[in-house]
Amino acid sequence: MNPDAPFPGRAEAAPLLITGARLIDPAAGVDGAMALLVEGGRVAALGPGAERRAAELPGVERHDAAGLWMLPGLVDLHVHLREPGQEGKETIASGTRAAAAGGITTVVAMPNTLPATDSVAIVELVRAKAREGGVVRVLPAAAVTKARQGAELAEIGELARAGVVVFTDDGDGVANAELMRRALEYGAMFGVLLVEHCEDKALSAGGVMNEGTVSLRLGLRGWPKAAEASYVARDLVLAEATGARVHFAHLSGRASLDLVRAAKAKGLRVTAETAPHYFALSEAWLAEHPYDTAGKMNPPLGSEEDRLAVVQALRDGTLDCIATDHAPHGGLDKNVEFDQAAFGILGLETSLALTLDVLVRPGRITPARAVELLSAKPAELLGLKGVRGTLAVGADADLCLVDPEEAWTVDPERFQSLSRNTPFAGRTLTGRVKRTLVAGRWVYADGRGILD
Amino acid sequence: MGTLGRKDLLDLEGLTAEEIGMILDEAEAFREVGLRPVKKVPALRGRTVINLFFEPSTRTATSFHLAAQRLSADVLDIKVGDSSVKKGETLLDTVATFEAMDLGVLILRTAHSGSAAFVARHSRASIVNAGDGMHEHPTQGLLDLFTLRRRFGRVEGLEVAIVGDVLHSRVARSDVWGLLKLGARVRLCGPATLCPQALAAVWEGAFPGRVRVVHELEAALEGADAVQVLRIQLERLQRFLFPSTREYSRHYCLTSARLRGAKPGCLVMHPGPMNRGLEISGGVADGPQSAIRGQVANGVAVRMAVLHLLAGSEEAA
Repeated sequence: MNPDAPFPGRAEAAPLLITGARLIDPAAGVDGAMALLVEGGRVAALGPGAERRAAELPGVERHDAAGLWMLPGLVDLHVHLREPGQEGKETIASGTRAAAAGGITTVVAMPNTLPATDSVAIVELVRAKAREGGVVRVLPAAAVTKARQGAELAEIGELARAGVVVFTDDGDGVANAELMRRALEYGAMFGVLLVEHCEDKALSAGGVMNEGTVSLRLGLRGWPKAAEASYVARDLVLAEATGARVHFAHLSGRASLDLVRAAKAKGLRVTAETAPHYFALSEAWLAEHPYDTAGKMNPPLGSEEDRLAVVQALRDGTLDCIATDHAPHGGLDKNVEFDQAAFGILGLETSLALTLDVLVRPGRITPARAVELLSAKPAELLGLKGVRGTLAVGADADLCLVDPEEAWTVDPERFQSLSRNTPFAGRTLTGRVKRTLVAGRWVYADGRGILD
Repeated sequence: MGTLGRKDLLDLEGLTAEEIGMILDEAEAFREVGLRPVKKVPALRGRTVINLFFEPSTRTATSFHLAAQRLSADVLDIKVGDSSVKKGETLLDTVATFEAMDLGVLILRTAHSGSAAFVARHSRASIVNAGDGMHEHPTQGLLDLFTLRRRFGRVEGLEVAIVGDVLHSRVARSDVWGLLKLGARVRLCGPATLCPQALAAVWEGAFPGRVRVVHELEAALEGADAVQVLRIQLERLQRFLFPSTREYSRHYCLTSARLRGAKPGCLVMHPGPMNRGLEISGGVADGPQSAIRGQVANGVAVRMAVLHLLAGSEEAA
C-alpha cells in the first residue's frame, strides 16, 4: 500500500483510454505515439494492446490527446507546502493544486514546517491533510536533526519505518561535520536519502544576493558562491568516508557542479538537483529589476557563468533532477525592503514550462532528458523505480498531457498557489500543461482548473 | 512636480549630466542666499517636509532641516531606532500616515539599500534619499561635486581619489557616478577586503577605463587633483575586514607627508564624521588644502536646490 495514495474511500475511477499522444517515457525506453489504458489506478496496457483491451471493457472513458505529449507525472523532490504552521502562505490543499496545474503528481514536502516535521506524529498529520484535501501525492520529508536545530539526530529509524524516505534540514544545512557524518552512517542503515542544503553560514552571513558586479552596484550584501561549494566539498569528503549516499538540494554555482562532476567520476554515491530559476535566470535579472524581492532566493541567483554551468550539468548528467524549491511567501514577507524580504519563490506552476521553453525548445536537452530530470530520476531516488516516473504497464497511472507548442504568459493572479511571489510574472513561455492525471483520475484540466 | 521633472531623488546613477548641472547651478544661486543677513526664500511656503531617519545622523539631518527651513517649508524631524520598524510594511504604513498630513517631500535615511526606491514606488510624495544602506547618498555626492566645481571651476578632467571602505560606502557610490557623469576619472583605494578589484566592473560598462582600483594610498594620490577620505567604521573589525586600527592607519591614513605625493593644491574632502588619526591626520583635516568645512556649508545650498527643483512651484523659482 502506498502511504501517499490519494482519494481514499472514493469509488474507483472508470477505465480510461488515452489515444493520439506522443508518449515520452525514457525509463521504459519509449518515445512515440501510443495509446495508454488505465485500470484500477495503474497503467494496464499500452499501444495496440490497450486499444484491444479497451474494446472489451465496459464503460471506458476515452480521451483524445492528438498533438500532445504524454509524460509520466512529474516528481518534485523539493516543495515547501508550509503546513503545518504557515497556512497563510500555502496549505497542503493549495500547494497540491498548484502541483497538479504544473503537471506534478508527487511532491516531497519539506520538513521546515512549524513545528518542524521531525516525528512520526507530524508526518502522519501531513499525510492526513494530504488525504483530506490534497489532489496529488505527498511524501513528507523529515528533519535530519531534532527540531532542525542541528544539535541531535532526529529519530531517523522510526521515521524510516513509518515510510519516510527523504531526510533534510533544508533551509539550513547540517553545519556540524561530526553530526553530518553520523547522520550519513546511521541513515544508510535504513536506505534513506539525505538531502543537504549547502550553505556555509559564515560565508553567506548577511548576504542577500550573489556577490558580484550587481551586488556591488546595488549596495546589497554579497553572498559568495563559495558558501555553497565549500559545503558541497565537505559533504563529498564525508560521503566518501562513510560510503553513504548524499543528495544536494538546489545547486546553483559552477564551482559546486565541478565538484559533483568530479565526485561522480570517482564513483561516489552522490546525486544533485537544481531549480528552474537557476537555469532560467541569473543575477542579471536583479540588475534589470533592482531590489525586486521576487528575485531573492536561497541560494541566490548566480552569475551568467553559473547559469550556463547549470545548463551544462543538466546536459551531461552532473545534475540528476530538476526540483522546484517551491517557496510561497505573502506580501508581508515580500512587499518590503530587499534586505528584509524572505528568501524563496514559487515554482510548481512554471517548472515544466520553463524546462520546455529554456532547455528543450532551443535544443539544450531532448524531451526525453527533460522527463528523466523531472520525473524518472527523482522517482528512482525515492525508491519508486518502475512505480512512478514511468508509464510502463503496472506503474501508477500518474501522468500529464502537455502541448509543447502552446505559448502562454505567466500570470500569478491565476495561480492555484495561495502566494504570488515569482520573478516570471509576465514572461511568455512555450509549452503548457493541458491535463494531469493522478491514480487514474483527472485532477487538472487547462481552462477548467482543478477537477475535484 | 518641480522643474527637475522628477518626483524623487533616489540616486546619481539615474541622473543625466545635464540634470546634475542644473542642480549645481541652482545650488550656486542658493549659496548666495546663505550669505545674506536674512537667509529665507518663500519657495516651499506651505509645503510639508519630513525628515525620517532610521539611522543616527547629525549633519545630514541638520543640513536638510536648515535647507527646508530656508525655503520656508514646514519641517518635521522624526528619528526612529531601526528596531521599531522591522518590516517594510510598517515603513510603508508610517509613510502613508504622513501622506495623510499632506506630505510634500519625505527625506529618508535607512540602513537598507533600495529602501528609498521602495518607498518612492508606493508614495505620491517626493522622496529624497538621504542614504540607503550601502547604496547611494546622492545629496552628499552632489555637494562633493559642487565643492569640486567651486574649487576647480569644472569637474571634467579631474583625477579624484576615493580612499577607505569603498565596499560599504553609499557616499563613494554616489561620488563615483557623479564624477564619471561629469567627466572626471576616479581611483578607488583601500585594502582588498574593503575595496575589492571587482568594484571597477560596476562602472566599466558605462565608463570604460575611467575607474581604477589600487591598494596603495601612494599610488592613488599620485597626480590626484582631489581626494575624498571615507570614514572607517570600527564594526568592520568584527567581520575580519582589517586587523586593527593601528595597521589601517599605517597604510591608509592621509597624512601631510602622503598628501605631498598628490598634485600641488590637491583638495582634501571627507564626508564626516572624521576619525582623526585613523583615516585622516588632524594636520590634513585642518590644513590649507582641506575643504571639509566648506563641504558642510555647501551641503545646505545643494539640499535647498534639490528640494526646490523637486517640489518648488515654477513661479517661485
